[in-house]
Amino acid sequence: MSKMVNLKINNIDVSIEAGTTILSAAEKLNIKIPVLCYHKDLCIAGNCRVCVVEIVGSRKLAAACATPVSEGIEVMTNSLLVRNARKHIIELLLSEHNADCTKCYRNGNCELQDLAAEYKITNQDFIDMAHDGVYSIDDLSASIIKDDSRCIRCQRCVRTCRELQSVGALAVAHKGSEMKISTFFDRPLAEVVCTNCGQCIIHCPTGALIEKTYIERVWDAIADPDKHVVVQTAPAVRVGLGEELELQTGERVTGKMVAALRRLGFDSILDTDFTADLTIMEEGTELLHRLKANLVEGDHTEPLPMTTSCSPGWVKFFEHTFPEMLDNMSTCKSPQQMFGALAKTYYAKKVDVDPENIVSVSIMPCTAKKFEANRPEMRDSGYKDVDFVLTTRELAVMIKQAGIQFVDLPDEKYDSIMGKSSGAAVIFGATGGVMEAALRTAYEIVTGREVPFENLNIEPVRGLEGVREATVKIEKVLPEWKFLEGAELKCCVAHGLSNAKKVMEQVKSGEKEYHFIEIMACPGGCLGGGGQPIPTNDEVRKKRMKAIYDEDTSLAIRKSHENPEIVQIYKEFLGEPLGKQSHKLLHTEYFERQRY
Amino acid sequence: MGKNMLKRIDLIFKNEHDCDIILEKIFKRTNEELINDLIGSGLKGRGGAGFPTGLKWKLTSEAKGEAKYVICNADEGEPGTFKDREILTQVPHKVLTGMAACGRIIGAKKGFIYLRAEYNYLKPSLQKEIDTFHETLKKLKSDFRIEIFSGSGAYICGEESALMESMEGHRGEPRNKPPFPTDAGYLGQPTVVNNVETLAHCWTIFKHGPKKFRDLGVQDSRGSKLFSISGDTPTPGIYELELGMSLQDFVDDFGDGDSKAVQVGGAAGFCVPRKKFRETAIGYQGKLTGISLPTGGSMMIFNSSRSMYNVLKNYLEFFEEESCGQCTPCRVGCQQLLRGIEAVKRGDKPHYYLTKLLRLTETMKMTAKCGLGQSVANSFSSIVENFREEMIY
Repeated sequence: MSKMVNLKINNIDVSIEAGTTILSAAEKLNIKIPVLCYHKDLCIAGNCRVCVVEIVGSRKLAAACATPVSEGIEVMTNSLLVRNARKHIIELLLSEHNADCTKCYRNGNCELQDLAAEYKITNQDFIDMAHDGVYSIDDLSASIIKDDSRCIRCQRCVRTCRELQSVGALAVAHKGSEMKISTFFDRPLAEVVCTNCGQCIIHCPTGALIEKTYIERVWDAIADPDKHVVVQTAPAVRVGLGEELELQTGERVTGKMVAALRRLGFDSILDTDFTADLTIMEEGTELLHRLKANLVEGDHTEPLPMTTSCSPGWVKFFEHTFPEMLDNMSTCKSPQQMFGALAKTYYAKKVDVDPENIVSVSIMPCTAKKFEANRPEMRDSGYKDVDFVLTTRELAVMIKQAGIQFVDLPDEKYDSIMGKSSGAAVIFGATGGVMEAALRTAYEIVTGREVPFENLNIEPVRGLEGVREATVKIEKVLPEWKFLEGAELKCCVAHGLSNAKKVMEQVKSGEKEYHFIEIMACPGGCLGGGGQPIPTNDEVRKKRMKAIYDEDTSLAIRKSHENPEIVQIYKEFLGEPLGKQSHKLLHTEYFERQRY
Repeated sequence: MGKNMLKRIDLIFKNEHDCDIILEKIFKRTNEELINDLIGSGLKGRGGAGFPTGLKWKLTSEAKGEAKYVICNADEGEPGTFKDREILTQVPHKVLTGMAACGRIIGAKKGFIYLRAEYNYLKPSLQKEIDTFHETLKKLKSDFRIEIFSGSGAYICGEESALMESMEGHRGEPRNKPPFPTDAGYLGQPTVVNNVETLAHCWTIFKHGPKKFRDLGVQDSRGSKLFSISGDTPTPGIYELELGMSLQDFVDDFGDGDSKAVQVGGAAGFCVPRKKFRETAIGYQGKLTGISLPTGGSMMIFNSSRSMYNVLKNYLEFFEEESCGQCTPCRVGCQQLLRGIEAVKRGDKPHYYLTKLLRLTETMKMTAKCGLGQSVANSFSSIVENFREEMIY
């Protein structure tokens, strides 16, 4: 145990481990110190200075987030000195901030706005500097809008992009009054290494970084009587949406969400989980195919390890960072894009609607999905496979706009077809979920038995540890999989692009050998996606994760290959996994992208 | 006017070249003896902040680390100071010797000279001097080595933690303190960062003994110091003077007979009006009566033809541009101060807006992350308070 330090905060004695910051010490006493540049996911910056506190006897105020406790100090978090200084700092921030709150996308969920309200900053004497600078809004990206006039230079986005994601698309440029958050040569986000993961958005305290919204386009489609609007909902949306609509963090709202979507006027409420199950069929088969080709036939054109391809932030990162390894990525489209391709082919035929008139909308915990839907290769149905992608947050906005009392909604069921799913699909929303789902199916295909984990819960691949490894021994296989007898399938799960980069570099250098790697761009997987409610941090991620696994256990079908609609689609439409039709609609290719 | 009434000291630029003898002497003595000499001399950092040099070396020698470093801060960027350039031109070997002594005491094998971008022209001659110095070290069986690191021209990189960030290849932004460089500096290792002049004074102390140094100056302000004298003076230049002098004596010696104010310590320092010359001493706060102003050596003299509004505006324009921009009080505060005095001058803001700005500088002083933002208050409040009419009319 490390050394304890005794100090006083607001005259309350506290004994706390050496090295703790004043901010965390105060938090333990339930004393709130306001923060802006501080975020639990990120390293300490100490640059906004909103958290300053008085250490009695010191001539300067200390930033609580960056100052460790020391023996015998007396801290005042709300002295006259502190309050006046803090007010000054908030005033200063407001003076360089475009505070047209009513015109701001984050109106109502903005940390600066909250602080201004808390400190009743009503007389703003300082000279308004927000409107005399020429700020251009970067809205060229399909996913993210960057508005420097709303930026308070806290650098949370920069730290997110660099530390959590090791992308480095955002950085600080210039100094003094011209200091700003910028990109490589100030190019638009659409033209740099940005992966569209949206982690910068959920870490931004203000409206400087927001998603590109397609709400109005979706309302237009719903209002058009000639259009048949289908909507799909990603696994992680159902465990996040409630937070935006007055429910507790981690509450499962699948049934209410379906009911709300129906009331919004969508013609058919379907589930991305269906195509998550389909992904497992395709990707699991692809893995087995690659194992056979590499281990038995000596054919290395589709090499091992195979990495997952469901996370479009990861896919773009991979294309920028590891272009020489593109063949390692599974050719499977993401569940969203599989759904899109099927909506305008299989589904259209089934419900007898001209695909021309189908508008395919998806609700995603993700901003990169907006970019993915716009990739030129995502038109295998002959149309744009997914027309509009909305985030969890945007769906919440639509529900509020429609005046729906979400809390009081009854639980309703998805429409069919493409509305049924298994527990294996639900867990796609958590890091490790794709791996677990794939193992549940692949193991059974090979051995004819269930995976040897209690209750099908493959615990080693679960959790929030950045990189997790698991080895599954394959024994007593069915005759056609004889070559796998006794083999140990080496799996790795990583989430957050920094972890992903680390793993792939180890693979590249030969330091690590795996057969199958699951990677999610966002920390926690989709449940912590860039399109999820704000705030998102580890506490929130844990609650959403629990909800995901609860949802899995609550379902009767827990394995993708047992989903009756999956069995049906192979019988009626696709033939077999990796078959000709699958290949056309459900698989894709990747392209090398430049770093600069 | 009593010309030359202040005693000229000749220590720093004194023609002495016996590096090998001094180093040999240093290497033979114990660390404790050497540190005691330094502490006994009363030497304080000559960059302006005035941290006791002996204590800094002592703390670093006691700190634990895989490696330790000595950095000579030659990023001389404070407006009105130009003495370090002269030291590096005339007596670089004294600085190198100071660095080697420090390296020996704290246990560092590597020293860096962080050279201001504008001084890049000094690089060839300095490198030659370092090469010769390395030969001397080799003969003395010392494996201490010195390298030049070129800055890129940012004022903020003279702040020691921003300097180290810059050396590590990052953006030059000050760090949170603690930890201080003595515990976690360059590459997270215990590091001594000393101003060029400080290291040059170590030569004197180790060659001539601490007493010679300590006998100069008064009370807490011991020794001599180089002053960069500019502005309305018939005799601009670099002078080595005793610390503790009264500003009146200084003005009598160097002024043009019409001095209205002296800016002590550059843009980050204080402006002293004529009426306070007599009560102001140049040195570190001690038991002296009146005001003591520490300085990195910049002394700018203004005569009655100068507009103090223009002087302040010039400083604020400098700070507005040279703030690194990371912390709110400094980034936004500097802009507000500049625009604020302009607005008052134009009549767009009432004269009492100056009072609000003065309060703002108090906040900046208490909350800015580093010395830059904290010290903007110095020149602002000393000029606005003493020359208020010039700000308004």
